[in-house]
Amino acid sequence: MTTILEMRGITKEFPGVKALDDVNMRVAEGEIHALVGENGAGKSTLMKVLSGVYPHGSYDGEILFDGQTRAFRGIRDSEDVGVIIIHQELALIPLLSIAENIFLGNERAKGGVIDWRETEARAAELLKRVGLNESPKTLVDDLGLGKQQLVEIAKALSKDVRLLILDEPTSSLNEQDSEKLLDLLAEFRAQGVTSILISHKLNEISRVADTITVLRDGSTVARLDCSDGISEDDIIKDMVGRSLDDRYPPKEAPNPGQVALEVRNWTVHHPLHADRQVVKDVSFNVSRGEVVGIAGLMGAGRTELAMSLFGRAWGRDISGEALIGGQPADLSTPRKAINAGLAYVTEDRKTFGLVLDDTIRRNVPLAKLDAIADRGVVNRKREAEVAERYRDRLNIKSSSIDQETVNLSGGNQQKVVLSKWLFADPDVLILDEPTRGIDVGAKFEIYTVIRELAKAGKAVIVISSEMPELLGITDRLYVMNEGRFVGEMSTSEASQEKIMAAIIRSGDRKSAASQEEVA
Amino acid sequence: MSEITNTGLDAPAGQQARASWRFLQTHLREYGILFALIAIMAFFQVATGGILLRPVNVTNLILQNSYIIIMAIGMLLVIVAGHIDLSVGSVLGFTGALAAVMIVNWDVPYLLAGILCLAAGALIGAAQGFWVAYFRIPSFIVTLAGMLVFKGLTLWLLAGQSVGPFPAQFQLISSGFINDVFAMEGFNLLSFLIGLAVAGGLAFMAIRGRQREAKTGTPAEPFAFFAAKTALIFFGISWMSWLMADFRGLPNVFIVMALLIAIYSFLTSRTTIGRRIYAIGGNEKAAMLSGINSKRLVFLTFANMGMLAALAGLVFAARLNTATPKAGATFELDVIAAVFIGGASMAGGVGTVVGAVIGAFIMGVMNNGMSILGIGIDYQQVIKGLVLLAAVIFDVMNKKKG
Repeated sequence: MTTILEMRGITKEFPGVKALDDVNMRVAEGEIHALVGENGAGKSTLMKVLSGVYPHGSYDGEILFDGQTRAFRGIRDSEDVGVIIIHQELALIPLLSIAENIFLGNERAKGGVIDWRETEARAAELLKRVGLNESPKTLVDDLGLGKQQLVEIAKALSKDVRLLILDEPTSSLNEQDSEKLLDLLAEFRAQGVTSILISHKLNEISRVADTITVLRDGSTVARLDCSDGISEDDIIKDMVGRSLDDRYPPKEAPNPGQVALEVRNWTVHHPLHADRQVVKDVSFNVSRGEVVGIAGLMGAGRTELAMSLFGRAWGRDISGEALIGGQPADLSTPRKAINAGLAYVTEDRKTFGLVLDDTIRRNVPLAKLDAIADRGVVNRKREAEVAERYRDRLNIKSSSIDQETVNLSGGNQQKVVLSKWLFADPDVLILDEPTRGIDVGAKFEIYTVIRELAKAGKAVIVISSEMPELLGITDRLYVMNEGRFVGEMSTSEASQEKIMAAIIRSGDRKSAASQEEVA
Repeated sequence: MSEITNTGLDAPAGQQARASWRFLQTHLREYGILFALIAIMAFFQVATGGILLRPVNVTNLILQNSYIIIMAIGMLLVIVAGHIDLSVGSVLGFTGALAAVMIVNWDVPYLLAGILCLAAGALIGAAQGFWVAYFRIPSFIVTLAGMLVFKGLTLWLLAGQSVGPFPAQFQLISSGFINDVFAMEGFNLLSFLIGLAVAGGLAFMAIRGRQREAKTGTPAEPFAFFAAKTALIFFGISWMSWLMADFRGLPNVFIVMALLIAIYSFLTSRTTIGRRIYAIGGNEKAAMLSGINSKRLVFLTFANMGMLAALAGLVFAARLNTATPKAGATFELDVIAAVFIGGASMAGGVGTVVGAVIGAFIMGVMNNGMSILGIGIDYQQVIKGLVLLAAVIFDVMNKKKG
């Protein structure tokens, strides 16, 4: 097979940090090449070097594309030869149509006047190629995330792509959409398009990748050929530099104490569409010393359930009863929920979790400022002690507590959010996708914290879309689908198949019911 | 022995220089604005042939800018919380008119009238804050409406006429000076002593703070910077108070301003309320989910802004000794400019009270200096506009680099 891309001895330094140190990467034409590594290993930096975001001259080393040395001075240069990168955060304009988005910056126009007929015809062709059955005139805003991802790919195809780079393309997709996307990549491979896939999801990688390059701490540590039968554990070993005997910390035998939180008949309506019930008559409980999982597909209503419980931060016309420690609790505002002993660790740390421009020191005590203040005056010494304590306890990798959280990696940001809620010292913690988008090492650390919390007598609820994770760390599981709880099982008896079966059965029941109505 | 001292001093010298340089790079903004003020003052001092820093002119400078500074303090809180208040100029005019009507036309005792005006200002701010905080109407629009409403109400209240003069007692707010208990001829010793005490107190607090920092960890600020900054502030304030003492002493309004600066600096940097306001401006959703009552705090920042605008209105009316329908027009722009020159961010969550005050002084010194030089109002506007633009461009570039 011919080599389409070779990066040789790439070294990139930032003030004080060597982000990439003599990285080598070779991609064969027509393969799916996976690039893996922990957060902060240098994957994104390497791709920014390749795509010209960091222009030639700002790094050492050589890039060969099609056997020629290339000196990209910007994204335009790399796109001209067919290197297209799709970033994790999609770069679509929500209130423009699919067709307008696909040809944005590359308009089908004559003398500056857009040829709408050609635009739409070409867009329709591209949509067909990516298997998206939508009109080119549909607004991107009206599409789900999975479909938006396909629009991005169609946009890349419109530029005569030769090397497609996808940065965590499935991180916000549900399982079906992820599957579809991976199938599409395989299809492109058959058509001769080469892809580089950056992902944390090792099962996806072992499914589609031909070759894997593993980065660790800015260096290439391994190049694995998947035809040799690579296991996920092999990849993990290379990524973290040590073998993880187990991806999850050991669980003690479940020993639940008193019921800490009991929720009865909780129903929540959509804030904008008042007649739509997003959470339907949900009842559940969690005991001290217990880790309870809520499984389900994306859009099942799990985040909405959690946020509506936590101070009615989501939804309207909320009804139902919540008891903490057996007593009816007033959870009508976040402050009251916190005072009642509840904490909610958000799934979206950048939007809901952190004041990004502020330092670790200022973020950690935010949910319980009074504890570091005397009569409203912040005691800076105590504040520093608290921040140092949690930085130490959760192993937050940072230059000091005065580092701004915006400059931390995803895993370390997540640890700051977790610190904030640990400091608030709740009895019941709801963790919403606590390990989304973070690397294997940090995941393990967060799992360990979760188990420690349970051991210390806290009640923990974990919402996650990754079933292995739920099976690995919880004691008991609820399954949620379309706003309802459709199953409950002890984790020791649960399996991915059983969870999926509960979800699918509930869907069948519903369609059966609606058929009856029709009849 | 000599070896030990050598390794103790020489080895880190290179490191120290590098650390200082890095510190300067990251904190360029904070020092930059202070340097800018000093540079601008030095320039006008030379250009005006020494008139700028004559005792009488320094006193004038303070009196001329007092109401802008008072409002800039309130505006800083509003902008840090992520909002804006365009109505402050009109509210200033309105409360000045209200004071005039009450005191001059209705013979209300001036103290009572002053309190009522402050209450009216707080109420006006609260009314605007109510829509912004609880109904999420953009503050730009609410206060733009407020600007028109109170401009109109000022006209209505004064029936289009100027109302004045005020009783002499009332005028003292802005034209009075503190009494000198020492009764020296031509020199207000008490004023100078107060100035010295304030300068000494600030230096003492800075040194104590640094010692405490040194105890818990290494202070971020290189020693040379710390020493230079503290000395500069100490001598700057001492010298200013000397100058003013040499004229008629510290103006009453200067005391009011100094108190407000001290209180609000403390509030923003040291209290939980301050922390919460910065958190709201930095990320309102995260702040809300951390149990912070952002609605109430936004409401209160607007009420506070209204009250400070009313205070500025009293000061301004007392200074002119009359309330005019035109009072306060376009002041909001000077106030907002001062806050942004002082380093606050349009997006919220960033800015300091001291920065805003320095920003106001930069504008004030330029106004005053250019007027002394006889530069026409046309050029003055152009130059001030460009300075505002330059300050913000500098901010943005600085942030990008960092």
